[in-house]
Amino acid sequence: MPLLRVDQNGLWCEAGGFHIDPWGSVPKALITHGHSDHARIGSSSYLCAAPSERILRLRLGSEFQLQTITYGDRLTVGDVIVSFHPAGHVLGSAQIRVEHRGEVWVVSGDYKLAADPTCAPFEPVRCNTFVTESTFGLPIYRWHAPETVFTSINDWWRANRDHGRCSMIFGYPLGKSQRALTGLDPEIGPIYCHGAIERMNQVYRESGVSLPATTATGEPKRGQNWAGAMVVAPPSAQGSTWMRRFGEVSTGMLSGWMRIRGTRRRQSMDRGFVLSDHADWPGLLQAIGATGADCVLVTHGYRAPLVRWLSEQGKDARALETRFEGEALENEAEAAE
Amino acid sequence: MKAFADLYTALDETTKTNAKVEALANYFRAVPPEDAVWAIHFLIGRRIKRLIETRKLVAWAIEEAGIPEWIFGECYSAVGDLAEAIALLLPAPIATTDKSLRYWVEERLLPLRQWSDEQQRESIGFAWLEMDERQRFVWNKLITGEFRVGVSQSLVVRALAEVSGLSTEVISHRMMGDWIPAPTFYNQLIAKDTEDTDVSRPYPFFLAYPLEGDPAGLGDPSEWIAEWKWDGIRSQVIRRKWETFVWSRGEDLVTERFPELEALGALLPEGTAIDGEIMPWQGGGPLPFAQMQRRIGRKVLGPKILAEVPVVLLAYDLLEWQGEDVREWPLERRRAQLDALVTSLASTGRMVLSASVPFGSWEDLAELRHQSRERRVEGFMLKRVGSPYRVGRKRGDWWKWKIQPYSVDCVLIYAQPGHGRRASLMTDYTFAVWDDGELVPFAKAYSGLTNEEIAKVDAWVRRNTVEKFGPVRRVKPELVFELAFEGIQNSPRHRSGIAVRFPRIARWREDKKPEDADTIGTIRNLLTI
Repeated sequence: MPLLRVDQNGLWCEAGGFHIDPWGSVPKALITHGHSDHARIGSSSYLCAAPSERILRLRLGSEFQLQTITYGDRLTVGDVIVSFHPAGHVLGSAQIRVEHRGEVWVVSGDYKLAADPTCAPFEPVRCNTFVTESTFGLPIYRWHAPETVFTSINDWWRANRDHGRCSMIFGYPLGKSQRALTGLDPEIGPIYCHGAIERMNQVYRESGVSLPATTATGEPKRGQNWAGAMVVAPPSAQGSTWMRRFGEVSTGMLSGWMRIRGTRRRQSMDRGFVLSDHADWPGLLQAIGATGADCVLVTHGYRAPLVRWLSEQGKDARALETRFEGEALENEAEAAE
Repeated sequence: MKAFADLYTALDETTKTNAKVEALANYFRAVPPEDAVWAIHFLIGRRIKRLIETRKLVAWAIEEAGIPEWIFGECYSAVGDLAEAIALLLPAPIATTDKSLRYWVEERLLPLRQWSDEQQRESIGFAWLEMDERQRFVWNKLITGEFRVGVSQSLVVRALAEVSGLSTEVISHRMMGDWIPAPTFYNQLIAKDTEDTDVSRPYPFFLAYPLEGDPAGLGDPSEWIAEWKWDGIRSQVIRRKWETFVWSRGEDLVTERFPELEALGALLPEGTAIDGEIMPWQGGGPLPFAQMQRRIGRKVLGPKILAEVPVVLLAYDLLEWQGEDVREWPLERRRAQLDALVTSLASTGRMVLSASVPFGSWEDLAELRHQSRERRVEGFMLKRVGSPYRVGRKRGDWWKWKIQPYSVDCVLIYAQPGHGRRASLMTDYTFAVWDDGELVPFAKAYSGLTNEEIAKVDAWVRRNTVEKFGPVRRVKPELVFELAFEGIQNSPRHRSGIAVRFPRIARWREDKKPEDADTIGTIRNLLTI
């Protein structure tokens, strides 16, 4: 009997009596991070890494029991010992280590190895079995250094300002937006955030993450001059009536999928910036290698190619069917099949 | 190369024509003529014939990237574009290049054909190591002969007009013809005053706008001439300096393909240019266009095919007469001169006047239009009396009043991802119609749906896939589409026994069930119309 397996509610640990990132309602849920495909409402009790607490409270409300744990601390749950280790994905994101009679599994949730000042960096954890995502599990996905990406975002912003245009970037309200904020150069102009993002900024600031000064757009007033401003918005705001209030706008999408020209052009945005909170191909291979795991279970993303690649490298690699989604683009239900 | 890759990126990043023209003009101002002329060559869609087999290029890219072949295949299908997949997979560059576009094209690209495999491999390998991802992408596109970017020739012409201070007509006239991408050509192109020495050069075609709705809106019928709208190859036959040139509208010199017209040209007076349609013609009337396709497809024209599918020039208009540009003459004066010329050469049987169809009222003409299919024409061309021969597609003086296309309701049975912009979206469809209780594939179609519809069909296909063969998915036969097409003929090579010309999706019939789709029988009946 494997230590963890997928049942109808999610990734189930029988020896510990809990689920990790369940999609059904369960008695006990261990949560890797606050994105909605991993942290869902409906379970009776939750356990998460301490920096994730405020995010979960904001997202799931307060009508449930929430326990937190410091990164690295060990906690006995049922017959197993669990500990949470930074995954470098978003604030509070964790890989969950599960140990049972000397056998160690690590469920990594979503992760990245690239630098991100808004969260603790990814920490390799030795294990026997590693559960990994594969959102960008093809060698075409290789990220440039974040500084390079931010330089091109700032250059674009500056050029828009000089042409009297407003700049608007679209990214996930949790994680991507805050990471983007830390890369923007506030010297260029004022930074505004859509309400959904400003609420999350508040959580980040309360958790001790330093972000540049931002103002909520609120309901933008007619006649207000947005030329030269940077507005950070969630992808769902694209094409909304809200967006039309900013005068002449140049738009940019922040996503790992922007690496592909066809996808970039299909977004009907002026620019696509390749910035992801998921590991790129070299990142996946490096992370998997660093665990020393013999067995690798591959979840959401390009599962088949990554499984085949790892198998050819002599690993015991298998696909694991879950309901996690990785990095989605608005209106692209199945961008990574 | 960097400047050209930057230009490509700038053009690719915007859909606004003014921004594109600005980017083009900035590029032309910044680079020397030897680069500008190559840029024009590629931007307006002139190709260099493929220099290297794709198979070899892929093998080398796989070696450079150090990956197994199967994962290259996965990457290619995720990207949907070979040049891009290669650019994204290659290892990071170890050097940068400041060499010009001319250098890369003339010293690295064109010589490829004469080099051995080893020399090719080495040169391309080094090129990749010197270029960043964007430059590699453009370079790979040039190597594979697939360079395309979202600019039309008219945008390039606008940018050059801006740079040179000349009118777009002058630039577009100068740009036609059989020029060599050399700096002298670029200098001629933008020169304030050049003696046009290129004897072969055709005039830009005047193109008609489609007339939607009632022609009564055009006013008094006596101010208009109607001609049947023929379906052949729009062409110009030019006779200058004892030479004949036949140009097709794709701006290809096709003289050698049509020996009949070369013979005709020899009889034309010096300094003549005629606009017309090359038509397969026998017994005083047109043959089906499919016959012409048999002939177009051939490299060598034997006596058999020349006898079976002879062509004539169906003359529309006279553009040059006795060495003079007569495009500003009023229509009726040009036609009268053309008529006299055609009559004088009637005995050759190589040229026929596209006769005007007399009509008293728009109602009469609408009635006559019903004869279109029988006559193997696409409807009427309407030309305003007194109008000049203009440049490009302009509203007002010429209209095409086409008959409705054929249409058939059919069922979607296979789907596969498109390419380029539509990579990883299911946009290539195969449609079937009923034959004795069974759905038989009938036509493939790509275009015609809106982006929202494409997204909906894409999501539906993914949920309703029954079977996968590589990229092709067989789907549940549920969705019904109305397909429009222009022509239809028997074809033993197709399972349905029928081939159609220019099929495209007219609309998604969400109101219909698969059992409401047409049968092969109803389609066969169209053959007899």
